[in-house]
Amino acid sequence: MSLLEVNNVSLSFGGIRAIDGVSFDVNPGEVFTIVGPNGAGKSSLFNLISRFYEPAAGSIRFDGQDLLACKPHEVIDSGIARTFQNIELFDHATVLDNLLIGRHSRRRTYWFEDLLFLPRVRREEQEHRRAVEEVIDFLELAAYRDRMIQGLPYGVRKVVEIAQALVSRPKLLLLDEPAAGLSVEETENMAWWIEDMQKDLGLTIVMVEHDMGLVSRVSDRVLAIAEGRPLVEGAPGEVQAHPEVIRAWLGGVDE
Amino acid sequence: MDTLQLLISGIANGCIYGLIALGFVLIYKASESVNFAQGDMMILGAFLAIALLNTDQADLPFLLGLAIAGLSLGVFAYLLDALLLRRVFGQPQLTMVILTIALGFVLRFVIGAIWGHDPVGLDSPVVGQRLSIGGLTVPVIDAVIIGTTVFLVAVLWLFFARTRLGLAMQASSQNQMAAYYMGIPVKRVVSLVWAMSGVMAAIAGVLFAAKGAVEPSAGLVFGIKAFAAAVIGGMGSLPGALAGGLLIGIMEPFAGRHLPSHIAQVSPYALMLLVLILRPSGLFAQVRAKKV
Repeated sequence: MSLLEVNNVSLSFGGIRAIDGVSFDVNPGEVFTIVGPNGAGKSSLFNLISRFYEPAAGSIRFDGQDLLACKPHEVIDSGIARTFQNIELFDHATVLDNLLIGRHSRRRTYWFEDLLFLPRVRREEQEHRRAVEEVIDFLELAAYRDRMIQGLPYGVRKVVEIAQALVSRPKLLLLDEPAAGLSVEETENMAWWIEDMQKDLGLTIVMVEHDMGLVSRVSDRVLAIAEGRPLVEGAPGEVQAHPEVIRAWLGGVDE
Repeated sequence: MDTLQLLISGIANGCIYGLIALGFVLIYKASESVNFAQGDMMILGAFLAIALLNTDQADLPFLLGLAIAGLSLGVFAYLLDALLLRRVFGQPQLTMVILTIALGFVLRFVIGAIWGHDPVGLDSPVVGQRLSIGGLTVPVIDAVIIGTTVFLVAVLWLFFARTRLGLAMQASSQNQMAAYYMGIPVKRVVSLVWAMSGVMAAIAGVLFAAKGAVEPSAGLVFGIKAFAAAVIGGMGSLPGALAGGLLIGIMEPFAGRHLPSHIAQVSPYALMLLVLILRPSGLFAQVRAKKV
């Protein structure tokens, strides 16, 4: 059974149809990539899945549950974590603190226990710290643990944002343009991380990305969309070579 | 000896300024706007407490009345944010500023219409009592004010450093989008920050009314002075707000003693201007100049 089922969703901004009848299924353990020219509706699709936008029509099911019944802050509880195109981190806090707040949805203690720092709180804190340290090790962020986000290079912040998403131990990770703004070398590293997350953590990943080198290297399946409508779905090579896709990207010869 | 007595009285006043300034900063961090009705919320809390506690009024036990006044202001501020201010979220900051200024006017009018415009004091258990420590006589209420403030600040500090909700408040004030996707219900958290500063306004109001007398329009001047305190401390810094409040509180009695009265009255604002010229982002600024 598929983990994420997006069924015929549509989204309008005023008179503009940003997304028009898009459907796709994501299987557990696969890397599924959405590609398309600028303004095709890729990020809007992401924002639908993370419940930032309300679809005009269609349904989204995740892990057998109706995702549309969730509020934005409940999405992470259902097992979906995401990153953003322009990096949304807490700039005035350290890497460690950013990752610890990533455990927010996993905290179960009450405020009066927290205030008194009861043994149960202590045990929970140790567990959070352990989970965070595992991710720090996994993504090799140890050197930056106590550094403020503000002063970190862009490429490192991208990895920290992924780490922040990972600490909640999600089933599905949404990566919004993970290679945007990265150098060739950093993009190469990003490909490694994505492959590691898929293989070692068994994570299902849905990604929006422009860098076709990265897309064809890590994706199991690719969905191309243009002007809010689905064009082609299939293996990376197939999609890239499809005449419809080439027309959408480069403009038609016959128009 | 005289100096010491002035100092203690000044610290007690400064604590009340500090509590209101803390309210300013909390809301500024959560809503990215200034609540100019903070001083009037304090006076509302004071009058509520007077109505509940004074012997010629409801005459409830002191702590019960205090709790009811504090909770009422908390609920009031929560609903204010959830029902009214949330609607202008995303509008220019000025919208919220004007809205809270107007709210201050309405509160002043309503308080006056219900309880009249004469100054009233709160009958606290320690009214008129004095404490003698080695030749120094201190009104007990000053000691109570200082003690209450120290306690509140300690609880607040633990709350922000340790509790899930406190950390969620810090996170929401830094990056709302990221906070949402960490699983934090940002809107509710912001309303809770309002509730918290409402409760603090009520406590400050009770302390203020127990020390002297309050009248409905007192919130305006008091609020502006506390705002100056928050600016002096560096809008956005909680320790700064407290320090700014103390500075203004301590400065006032000394200025009143040693300077002509018309100059003494403007001294808090003069201090604010001085800080703005010398250290524009405040004494405890969190924002540092951007490195290029």
